Amino acid sequence: MNVQAWTFTLVAASFALYIGIAIWSRATSTKDFYVAGAGVSPVANGMATAADWMSAASFISMAGLISFMGYDGSVYLLGWTGGYVLLALLLAPYLRKYGAFTVPDFVGDRYYSQTARIVAVVCAIFVSFTYVAGQMRGVGIVFSRFLEVDVNVGVYIGMGIVFFYAVLGGMKGITYTQVAQYCVLIFAYMVPAIFLSLLITGNPIPQLGFGGIDQASGLSLLERLNGLHQELGFAAYTDGTKSTLDVFLITAALMVGTAGLPHVIIRFYTVPRVRDARISVGWALVFIALLYTTAPAVAVFARSNLIASVSETAYADVPPWFTNWEATGLLQFEDYNRDGLIQFVGPSSPETNELTVDNDIMVLANPEIAGLPDWIVGLVAAGGLAAALSTAAGLLLVVSSAVSHDLLKRALKPDITERGELIVARVAAGAAVVVAGYLGIHPPGFVAQVVAFAFGLAASSFFPAIILGIFSRRTTREGAILGMVTGITFTAAYIVWFKLMHPDLNTADHWWLGISPEGIGTVGMLLNFAVTIVVSRITPEPPEVVQILVDKVRIPRGAGVAHEINV
Amino acid sequence: MTDAEAVDQEADDEIRARHAAYWRRNLRYLGILLTIWFVVSYGLGILLAEPLNDLRIPGTGFPVGFWFAQQGAIYVFVVLIFVYAGLMNRLDHRFGVDEGDDA
Repeated sequence: MNVQAWTFTLVAASFALYIGIAIWSRATSTKDFYVAGAGVSPVANGMATAADWMSAASFISMAGLISFMGYDGSVYLLGWTGGYVLLALLLAPYLRKYGAFTVPDFVGDRYYSQTARIVAVVCAIFVSFTYVAGQMRGVGIVFSRFLEVDVNVGVYIGMGIVFFYAVLGGMKGITYTQVAQYCVLIFAYMVPAIFLSLLITGNPIPQLGFGGIDQASGLSLLERLNGLHQELGFAAYTDGTKSTLDVFLITAALMVGTAGLPHVIIRFYTVPRVRDARISVGWALVFIALLYTTAPAVAVFARSNLIASVSETAYADVPPWFTNWEATGLLQFEDYNRDGLIQFVGPSSPETNELTVDNDIMVLANPEIAGLPDWIVGLVAAGGLAAALSTAAGLLLVVSSAVSHDLLKRALKPDITERGELIVARVAAGAAVVVAGYLGIHPPGFVAQVVAFAFGLAASSFFPAIILGIFSRRTTREGAILGMVTGITFTAAYIVWFKLMHPDLNTADHWWLGISPEGIGTVGMLLNFAVTIVVSRITPEPPEVVQILVDKVRIPRGAGVAHEINV
Repeated sequence: MTDAEAVDQEADDEIRARHAAYWRRNLRYLGILLTIWFVVSYGLGILLAEPLNDLRIPGTGFPVGFWFAQQGAIYVFVVLIFVYAGLMNRLDHRFGVDEGDDA
C-alpha cells in the first residue's frame, strides 16, 4: 500500500469508529445532551477533555511554532497547561457542585440577573465561533494535503461527521467520541516522536532525548542547536527574544483564558461528583502533558534535522521530502545569490536568507524527514483530523446549549417541555455546524488575528466573574456586570486597535508599556477584578438566597441537586 | 425560644462553624499550592530564567530555566492537582462534608 492508500484506510476506519460510537451513545434527555447524564468516569472525562482542548493548532502547528520561537515558545507550553491548575483548584469542583448545564447558567444565577446571563451568552457564543472556524479550516487543510481533495470538500466531509455525532448524541456522543479521538491523536503524535528521538539521540523517550547527546556530533543536542543558531544568525534557541514582562503577561493571559473557556469548563459538569471533578482535571492534564512535553522535544529534533539537512546543501542534492513539500508551497526556496546552495540564515541578515519554512511542516513532514514507514504518515493525517473534529464538536455544543438552554429555556420561554428543549438543542447544534462550516469555507480575514482574542476575552470576562462569585460572597450583580463589560471592552479595544485598525503600528515600540496584544488580556482581567471588587463594596449586598447558594457551592456534600433561582 | 429551638440553633451554629473551618483550611491549601504553581512557572521558568540558564541540569544538556519553562513546570502542575485532590478528599471526610460513595 502506498501513502495515499494508508491515509485513506486509516482516516476511513477512524471515521467509522466515531459514527459507531455516536449510534451507541445517543442522547435521550436534555441532561444527556448537555452534560452526558453527569455519569462520565473521571479518567474518561480527562481523556475527552484532552481531545476537546487539543485542537488542530496544538497537533499540527504548535511544535513548529516552538521550533521557530525557541525559548519564547514556552508561553504556549506553560499557558496552555498551567490553566488546568487554576481550573482544578478554583473552578471545576465548585461549578460541578452547583450542578448547572452551562457557564451562563452559573453566571446568571449567581448574579441574580438576566443581563449578566445575556452578557455571558454573548461571550460564550463569540469565543466559540472564533475558535470553531479555525478547526473546520484545519479539517479541510488536512484532507487537501493528504488525500488531495479540494479544501472545501474536506470541510463538507468534516461537517457531515460532526453533524452526525453532535446532533444525535449531544454531550454524551461527543464525550465518548472524544475518548476515541484522544487515543488516535496521541498515538499518531507519539509514534513519530519516539522514532525521531531514537534516531537522533538513541533515547526512546523524547522528553529525555532532547536533553541528551546528539549521536551525529557527540555534543549535547541543545548546545549544538544553540551553536548552529549563532552561526546562522538566529537568537540562541534556549534564550528568548521577547521581553520578560511580555512573556509573563502572555503566559498569564493564556493560562487564565484556558481556565475561562466555556467548552473546557463544561466538561467538568459531566462527572458524577465534586471529588471526581477535582481528580478529573488532574487526568485531563496528564493526557495533555503527554503531548505538551513531547512537542518541545519534537521542535528541537525538527529544527536540528532541518538545519542539518538543508543548510549550505546543494539544491540539486536535497532529499525527496524537500521537493515534495516544496510542491505544496509550505517550503519555499529562492536561490538569490545563484550559487546552487541553500542559505538558511537568521533575521540579522534577511536579505541573504533563501529558505522560507511554514511552521506546520514540522509535524506533518516529520515522518518523511525521518524516513518512517508509509502507515505512519497516514496515522498523522488521522490524528490531525481527530484533533480538529474533537475540538469543533465541543465548541459547537457550547453554542447549541447557549441558544437552547440559556436563551430559550432560562430567559425567553421557561415553560418549554423537556422534549421541546431537546429538539431545539438538536436544531441549534445542526445550525451551528452549518455556520461553522460556512466560516471554514469562507474564513473571515481576521480569524488568524483573533485567536488571541478568544483567550483575552475569556480571561478578562468569565474568569473574574466566576472566581469572585465563588470566593467572595459580597460580590454583587452590579459589580460583576460592570467588571465583565470593562474587562472585555478594554481588552477588545486594545486588540482591535493593533490587530485590525493599525497593524503597521503593532510593534513593541508602540505598545503600551511594551505589552503585546496577546498579553493584554491579563491587564483586562486585573481591571475586571478591580472594578468588580470596588463596585461590589458600594452597591447593596446580594440577596440572602444568593449568599446561601455561595455557601452551598463551597461544600461538596449534596452535589447533583439543582439550585435554580428565578429572577 | 423553646428548648427544641435552642437545640436546633446550637446544631445550626455548630454546622456553620464547621463549614467555616473547612473553608479556611481549603483556602490555606490553595494559598500554598498556588504559590508553588507560581514559583515553578513564572518564577523559575520566566522571571529567573535568564540567570538559571547559565546552569545545566546535571547529566543532561538542559539549561535550568529553559527546562522549567518547557518541561519541569508542566510536571509540577500535574502533581499539584493530584495533591490537591488527595488533600481535599481527606478534608471533606474529616469535616463530614464528603459525598459518600453513592452519589
